[in-house]
Amino acid sequence: MKVTELTKQYDGKTVVDSVSFEIPKGKVLSLIGPNGAGKSTVMGIISRLIARDAGLVDFEGQDISRWKSKELSKRLAILTQSNQIQMKLTVRELVAFGRFPYSGGRITAEDEAIIDQAITYMELDEMQDRFIDELSGGQRQRAMIAMVIAQDTEFVLLDEPTNNLDIYHATNMMKIVRRLCDELGKTVILVLHEINYAAFYSDYICAFADGKIAKFGTVKEVMTRQTLSQIYKVDFEIMEIEGKPLSIYY
Amino acid sequence: MILSIWSLFIGVIDVDLSGLLSGNLEQLEIFLISRLPRLLAILCTGVGMSVAGLIMQQLCMNKFVSPTTGATISSAQFGILLALLFMPNSTLWGRALFAFAAAILGTWIFVWFIQRIQFKDVVMVPLVGIMFGNVIGGITNYLAYQFDMTQALSSWLVGHFSLVVRGRFELVYLAVPLVILAFVFANHFNIVGMGKDFSRNLGVPYNLVLFAGLSIAAMITASVVVVVGSISYIGLIVPNVVAMFKGDRIRGTLVDTALFGAVFVLVCDMIARTVIAPYELPIELIVGIIGSILFVGLLFYRLRHGRKAVRLGAAHAGGCAAPIAQAERGDGV
Ligand SMILES: Nc1ncnc2c1ncn2[C@@H]1O[C@H](COP(=O)(O)OP(=O)(O)OP(=O)(O)O)[C@@H](O)[C@H]1O
Ligand SMILES: [Mg+2]
Repeated sequence: MKVTELTKQYDGKTVVDSVSFEIPKGKVLSLIGPNGAGKSTVMGIISRLIARDAGLVDFEGQDISRWKSKELSKRLAILTQSNQIQMKLTVRELVAFGRFPYSGGRITAEDEAIIDQAITYMELDEMQDRFIDELSGGQRQRAMIAMVIAQDTEFVLLDEPTNNLDIYHATNMMKIVRRLCDELGKTVILVLHEINYAAFYSDYICAFADGKIAKFGTVKEVMTRQTLSQIYKVDFEIMEIEGKPLSIYY
Repeated sequence: MILSIWSLFIGVIDVDLSGLLSGNLEQLEIFLISRLPRLLAILCTGVGMSVAGLIMQQLCMNKFVSPTTGATISSAQFGILLALLFMPNSTLWGRALFAFAAAILGTWIFVWFIQRIQFKDVVMVPLVGIMFGNVIGGITNYLAYQFDMTQALSSWLVGHFSLVVRGRFELVYLAVPLVILAFVFANHFNIVGMGKDFSRNLGVPYNLVLFAGLSIAAMITASVVVVVGSISYIGLIVPNVVAMFKGDRIRGTLVDTALFGAVFVLVCDMIARTVIAPYELPIELIVGIIGSILFVGLLFYRLRHGRKAVRLGAAHAGGCAAPIAQAERGDGV
C-alpha cells in the first residue's frame, strides 16, 4: 500500500498535510505522535472510512476508493478508536460478524473454527456468551479486536488497540500482533501512544506531528532522543533492552 | 420459541372457539369468510408492526424509535388523505400506494433530521419524532376538516379490525413479502445498526441499507394503516420486551418478535371483542391500555436490573412516558 500527498482539511484547517509513505508488506508499522496529530485521520483515509481532499491511496495497484467495498473488506480490516456499540449482542455474535464479508449471514463450519480461534487469541473463551453491553471497557475492546482478527484480512489496521487494556492484556495484544505478522504474514498498522510497545513490537515507526510526518523509519531510526523530544516536547532518555531501544520520559 | 408457537396455537384455537361461540348460529361458511380474514389480518398486523419497530430501532440505534415515535404512522395517514382528496374513487391499492410513498418519505425525513442533529440524549429522538408526527397529524386533520373528509378519514385514525371481513386478504399480500424481505436482510440491518464505520469495515453499504431498511419498515407500517388503521405501541413494546430476553441479534430475535407481536395483538383483539360483547371496542384502545401497562412494567424491570438499565430507565421515566401517552391521544383524536 502506498500513500501519496495525502491531504485532509476540516473547516479550512489542514489536519493531514501532504503525507506520503509506503506501508511495508508483511511488517508491523506503528503510528505515533501527540493527540490531534492526524494519526486516526490517516488511518481512516487509508481504510476508506474518511474521504480525503487530495492525494492518492494505492492499494494493491488500485486506488482505495475504486475497490468494491465487499472485496476490500476481505483484504483490509480496521478497528476504529471509538466504538460505542450499544447493542445487546454476545461476544461470540459480535466476533461472528467478522465473517460477514465471506459468508453473509450463514456461518459455515470453517467460519466457526476461525471465530473460535479469534476468541481464544483474545482470551475471551469464558465470556463468549456474555452480552457485550455488560462487559468492562477493556473486555469490550478485546471483543472488538477479536472480531477484526476473525475478519482474517491481509491488512489489519488497529487504532489504539491497547486503549483500556491492563498491562497483561495490552502486552498479550502486542504479542498477538506480532504473531499475526510473523505466523500469518499479515501487515499490521497500529496507532499507539505507548512508545515502548511500538519500539518493542513493531518493525517500522511513523511519527506524526501537526498533520505531517516527522519521521518514518525502522524502530532504531525513529527511537532517538532528538526525534522523540522534538515530537512530544518532553525530555527523553533512550536505553537498550534485548537489543531494542526503549525510552524513558519525564 | 416453542412457547411462542404454543401460545400462538392456543391463541388461534381460542379465537376460533370464541368466533364459533359468538356466532354459534352462523354457518361454517361465514366463519371462513369473516373470521379467517380477520385472524390473518390480526396476525399480520402484530407481525408487521413489531417487525417494523424492530428494524427502525436497530437502524436508528435507539430503543425508543418506532412507527409511532418515528412519524411513520402519521405520514401514512397523510398519504391516505391525499389519496382520498385527489383520487376519491381510488381502490385500496391506490390508497396503499399513496400511503407507502408518504410513509417512506416521512420516515426518511425524520431519520435524515435526527442524523443531522446528533442528539446527546436518546430520549430526544422519539420526542422529536412525536412532535414531527403531530405536525403531520395536524396538517392531515386540518386538510380533512377543510375538505370535509374528517368522517372518511376517521376509520384510518383509530385502528380496528371490524371492517376486515369478506375475504379481504390484501394485508396478507402486502405485509408477508415485506416481512420475509426483512428477514433476508436481518444481518445487514444489524450491522448498519452498529454504526457507519462498523458497516463500512464489513463492506456493507451504510446509506443504502439504512434507507432500504427504513423503506421496508415504512411500507409494512403503511400497509397495516391502510387496511386496519393506526395501531401504536406494538412497534415500541414488542421489540423491547423480546430484546430484554433474547438480545439484539436480529436473526435470532426476528421470529420471536414477530410471534410475540402476533400473540399480543391477538390477545388484545380478544379482549376488545369480549369486554362489551356483543359490541366491539377499537383494538387501538386495548393495545393502548395493555401497552402502557407493559411499558410501565418494562420501566420497573429496567430500574431493578443493572446499572446501565437504571440510567436508561430513569431518563425514560421522566421524558418518555408522558409524550407517548400524548402521542396516544394525538392518534386517537
Ligand atoms: N470530524 C472532524 N471534524 C473536525 N475536525 C476533526 C474531525 N476529526 C478530527 N478532527 C481534527 O483533526 C485533527 C486530527 O485528528 P485525529 O483524530 O487524526 O488525531 P489523532 O492523531 O488520532 O489524535 P489522538 O491521539 O488524540 O487520537 C484534530 O485536530 C481534530 O480536532
Ligand atoms: Mg486518534
